[in-house]
Amino acid sequence: MPIQSTVDVFSGYTLSDAFDEMFDGKAQPRRPYRKLHKELLKLTPEELLRSKQQADLTFFNQGITFTVYGRNEAIERIFPHDLLPRIVSAADWDVIERGLTQRITALNLFLKDIYHERKILDDRVIPGSVVYTCRHFRRQMSGVKVPRDVYVNVMGTDLVRLPDGRFVVLEDNLRVPSGVSYMLSSRKVMKQIFPTLFRKCGVRPIEQYSQALLSTLRALAPDGRPDPTVALLTPGVYNSAYYEHSFLARQMGIELVEGRDLVVHDNVVYMRTTRGLKRVHVIYRRVDDDFLDPLAFRVDSALGVPGLFSAYRAGNVTLANALGTGVADDKAIYAYVPSIIRYYLGEDPILDNVDTLLMTNDTHRAHVLDRLHEFVVKAVGESGGYGMLIGPHSSEEQRRTMRDCIVADPRNYIAQPVLALSTAPCLIEGNIEPRHVDLRPYVLYGEKVTIAPGGLTRVALRKGSLVVNSSQGGGSKDTWVLQT
Amino acid sequence: MLSRVADSLYWMSRYFERADNIARVIDATHSLMLSRVEVAADQRWYRALTTMGLKLDADNPDPQGAIRRLAADMTLRTSMMSCLGAARENASQVREEISSEMWEQLNRLHHEASALSLAVGDDESVMRLVTAVREGSYAFSGVSETTMTHGEGWRFVQLGKYTERACAVSLLLDAYFGANTQADDLDWIALLASCGAFDSYTKVFTADLQPDRVAELLLVYPEFPYSVRFSVERMYTALKAITAQGANRPRAQIGRIIGRLRSSLAFATVSELRAGDLHAFLNGVLDQCRAIHGAVHDAYIDYPVETAFEV
Repeated sequence: MPIQSTVDVFSGYTLSDAFDEMFDGKAQPRRPYRKLHKELLKLTPEELLRSKQQADLTFFNQGITFTVYGRNEAIERIFPHDLLPRIVSAADWDVIERGLTQRITALNLFLKDIYHERKILDDRVIPGSVVYTCRHFRRQMSGVKVPRDVYVNVMGTDLVRLPDGRFVVLEDNLRVPSGVSYMLSSRKVMKQIFPTLFRKCGVRPIEQYSQALLSTLRALAPDGRPDPTVALLTPGVYNSAYYEHSFLARQMGIELVEGRDLVVHDNVVYMRTTRGLKRVHVIYRRVDDDFLDPLAFRVDSALGVPGLFSAYRAGNVTLANALGTGVADDKAIYAYVPSIIRYYLGEDPILDNVDTLLMTNDTHRAHVLDRLHEFVVKAVGESGGYGMLIGPHSSEEQRRTMRDCIVADPRNYIAQPVLALSTAPCLIEGNIEPRHVDLRPYVLYGEKVTIAPGGLTRVALRKGSLVVNSSQGGGSKDTWVLQT
Repeated sequence: MLSRVADSLYWMSRYFERADNIARVIDATHSLMLSRVEVAADQRWYRALTTMGLKLDADNPDPQGAIRRLAADMTLRTSMMSCLGAARENASQVREEISSEMWEQLNRLHHEASALSLAVGDDESVMRLVTAVREGSYAFSGVSETTMTHGEGWRFVQLGKYTERACAVSLLLDAYFGANTQADDLDWIALLASCGAFDSYTKVFTADLQPDRVAELLLVYPEFPYSVRFSVERMYTALKAITAQGANRPRAQIGRIIGRLRSSLAFATVSELRAGDLHAFLNGVLDQCRAIHGAVHDAYIDYPVETAFEV
């Protein structure tokens, strides 16, 4: 090994207690990373920076941006992207794939059950009070039959890797998970920048995701529709994920519609086209439950379609994901997912949960309130890193506020130990340094479960930070799942 | 195509054309203004400014101020910068439908013009802004023509552009020919320049400026891109393709209006028009353009669900 080179790009690389994706405990590169490591040693910081600039330019030119709104002016920024791929071995991926398939299967059975017979509540596996108090529980969905009994058609599960190397589930995103366009775009850019390395490593393809998503959506058409019309419903150009909506609609060749493009007549949904009203059978909706139909949910929603829910109940249109899936990604329900898996499938969970303390439990609450600085506290119905307290990084003031919140509304909070997320090599100003990462694979479920081998690896680009959300200084990197 | 998308394309194009028209009129007017010593509200060019929706104080004319407002006043909905902003706003709603080059060009022009409009003060700064818009507009037209698919969306783009142009040129003609004061060559030069027509005029008719010939070039001349007739022919082409589909009744109605408008221009002679009521004729053109706009909107964009035809 040429020693000068290691001094160059890896000189700032210090290992911590966290699992490092690239190096093992003896600072030797792990097997899946060996080829990448060897290639990196051949490169100078200047060459790396040049590649980085080339990648950023490609992102910008392709319009892969998200919009930041300021005073009167909307600024387009590229999504912060790290040049170095995150590599997942075939063996690790096998566990992830089986684990996620098991999880989405069980969660769907759970959703079907709680909106119909509620056996799991009768059998006292989960207290009814936890389910009924979920902010995203939709009583309107009781007794509604959804196509193929599949509620969650698109799932984006956040996985993290613990110091012992195990992948565990940090969060289930069962409503309208986003980010898949970054997965697809960053792969495209990486292939342009590292073609040789890419070939040498043997990376499993993810480009077929759009086809798989379209087949999933088509498989959900109301009965007897061989050639359904599918549309993607977006809140509109001012939504921060609008780029993704437009990207996916283009990739699938379906119409990108807003609420005002749709009309419901005699319980049938149509879109307004220049050639007249065209019936829509399946809607991949990227609008939250609350805003879908002002007649059924929030009356002040201007994004929705009056009468949509009634057409949905009548079975004339499919919404993907189904309404009311948010009950299953409530963070208090999350604590019960291992029991849910055992209850419906009679199997042990393949992917474990993170230990979670419910604040409704008096002993747990007292324990956590005494040691707030040691825990991560999360509001149960939130996502995107909002409503969260990271104990060790919090101020006395923040802890006091959180304590009051927990005491006032214990059902709304859970606590988890602070996790040492695994670290992966990232290019930071010409040097390679470790940063904490998670992994969000995308799971599709229509006729069958399909998982694109890869996902969005999110990076906390600030040194030492554990928060990977893009709204809070996070970035992303391409995820390479190896063939063998 | 989604009705909303067709509507946004139409308005993107219409607003863009409007901004471009204003830029040309300001450019021509400014040049004329420098040659005039006295300022009076009944002058032709001053009347022309009022056709752009700018309210002017007849007793206290302030041409510089008027031009400045018309160019850069964002509180004036009909100003050049407001129209450019509206064009971009509409384009941003349909970025999937237009080409990325079109979006980039429009965006670049918007940013450049916004920066210049903040600095608008003296005549020079106004002219810098106007020049930037005119040049950007040529680039946008070229990029649109060569990069956007000439499908259904394109037809709405064309319809918006030429409807706007037919109206704008009719209004200008009315302003210049409807005035009672004595006109001289400088007035006709300003009118021709407002339509980018001076070179074409000298090519067709020599530099001998005759009001009848000016009117002929701008109203009924079939080969000049800024003549009313040329614009109406382009509207017809777009409408023929748009109305190839749709319910029968509105299609027939749209066909009738555009057919009547085409023939009135094809068979008109300028000397007769000028001897008769040119003002009424031009108003008729405007009314028919409005009627077409309304009929297309009712049939393809915002039709009532009860009468809608299902595909």
